[in-house]
Amino acid sequence: MAETATTEDRGVAPTMADQVKHERVPTVVVDDVHIVYKVHGAGAGKGSATSALSRLIAKKRSPSIREVHAVRGISFTAYRGEAVGLIGSNGSGKSTMLAAIAGLLPTEKGGIYTNGQPSLLGVNAALMNDLTGDRNVILGCLAMGMPPAEVKARYDDIVEFSGINEKGDFISLPMRTYSSGMAARLRFSIAAAKTHDVLLIDEALATGDQKFQKRSEARIRELRGEAGTVFLVSHNNHAIRDTCERTIWIEKGELIMDGETDEVVTAYEKFNHGG
Amino acid sequence: MSTVSDSVSLSAPSGVDTGLTQKQLAAKYGLTVSGKRPGLVEYVRQLWQRRHFILAFATARLVAQYTTAKLGQLWQVLTPLLNCAVFYLVFGVILKSRDGIPVYIAWLCVGVFVFQFSQSAIQAGTRSISDNLGLIRALHFPRACMPVAFTVIQLQQLLISMVVLVVIVLANGITPGVTWLLLIPALILQSLFNTGLALIMARIGAKTSDISQLMPFVLRTWMYLSGVMYSIQTQINSAPHIVKTIAALNPASVYMDLMRYAFMPQSFSKKAYPGHKVNGHDTAHWLTLPHHIWMIAAAWAVVAFAFGFVFFWKSEEEYGRG
Repeated sequence: MAETATTEDRGVAPTMADQVKHERVPTVVVDDVHIVYKVHGAGAGKGSATSALSRLIAKKRSPSIREVHAVRGISFTAYRGEAVGLIGSNGSGKSTMLAAIAGLLPTEKGGIYTNGQPSLLGVNAALMNDLTGDRNVILGCLAMGMPPAEVKARYDDIVEFSGINEKGDFISLPMRTYSSGMAARLRFSIAAAKTHDVLLIDEALATGDQKFQKRSEARIRELRGEAGTVFLVSHNNHAIRDTCERTIWIEKGELIMDGETDEVVTAYEKFNHGG
Repeated sequence: MSTVSDSVSLSAPSGVDTGLTQKQLAAKYGLTVSGKRPGLVEYVRQLWQRRHFILAFATARLVAQYTTAKLGQLWQVLTPLLNCAVFYLVFGVILKSRDGIPVYIAWLCVGVFVFQFSQSAIQAGTRSISDNLGLIRALHFPRACMPVAFTVIQLQQLLISMVVLVVIVLANGITPGVTWLLLIPALILQSLFNTGLALIMARIGAKTSDISQLMPFVLRTWMYLSGVMYSIQTQINSAPHIVKTIAALNPASVYMDLMRYAFMPQSFSKKAYPGHKVNGHDTAHWLTLPHHIWMIAAAWAVVAFAFGFVFFWKSEEEYGRG
């Protein structure tokens, strides 16, 4: 099933050769980026009140703050209409990279330049948990800057796309009652309702069921067609092969490989089996 | 393993762009530094565009606040009423603050509701960024929406309490007059002031979460110094001039006095409440307004709002980090 879908998608997506012939407009430029972030409460040292006090008096930096050098000198350029997959083992810096592209993490060195404001869709990006699903749809759209009339017009499409109401009237329940899959579906549906110049998806589709994954992959292709650039972080190599023609492999914060999906994913799989 | 593969050509610019460095490439296509904050004018424009979001968010939050409580929305009215009841018991009955003040219950309730507006706006503002990190990280919008929306929630809450307040005031035999119209400018000025404070505290609270532990104490001190349940003027009658000036400039007292005057101008009349001793007991003494009170109120509102807005905007790109 997945295999046939793959070949079909290959036919629709423009091949690399076609892309190179056309003028390529860069949308995301990452220039020798280093990201170091401080982790609070790293667990070292005693957490008692007296030790906190003596630290204050001695004017020492809290030992529970540790620096993590998550990304070490990565450079690449992504172009309009591209879907770029990011792969690598857990803790390799993929999510950090996406958060930095979204502007949520400062860079220690180097620069990230983007076309417009990228939107990041993370796996644990909760919206408003105590509000109902329909409130979340309306507020989410308004927050992205849609005028109220457009929100009204799109509302039904968004709910239908999410498939939340397939098993009864769930949209009028508070979001905290949703399963993680349902919540992820609704979040993606809201975010995908708008045309994004750059959309960053961080494992956000992983919890959705098969049917929804297919639907969201189709929507990603649509977004690319609307001249957007999509980044996808996933541990599902099938999803990467299905949606992205280009893949970047990151390991320990360094860029290992940047090329056509087939080539990179194959190398990555080989590396994993070998190691 | 650490070598970059030869297929790096996918990343390298082609055609006319060949040979450009990353920085030059970004400059050529007008790419901007990711997450950079917009200019002040552009920021105001974006915020204005999100006005529907702010209103819808505030309304949804206000409604959701009491969904788990059995009495539901009734708490919006019950909470301030219970507050008044407690203060009346302690300060009115036990400490006898009411003796010197005309129409003490109405005077107390106006003070409690008005101070509560500032207090809760500041508290909600302090947590507005840190409590909504999920939303802030998931969607892109001007972050000032959050503290502004939380002030709007408190304003809505106050408007509901105002209905109760009107009933209390009328029940104390006060007849509505033209001065009631003054409630509107007074409320607008206080809302501006509160929004400014909420913006300031939102930025501080986003960086230092310790501050939300400290705020209740700061706010309680402010409340006792502002004369919410007893007249601060009589307490500092013999104090040095500087103390009196500071007390007169205290924004919380200024806004409370304005509302009290608007609701019951009779209490400020020397004729109605001469404050003589009758049978050894103090009778109610007329209230006074500080000089230039409207100018002080307007100045606080404009300064707090303008400073708060710029202060919050200065750090726009950092909310949601960490």
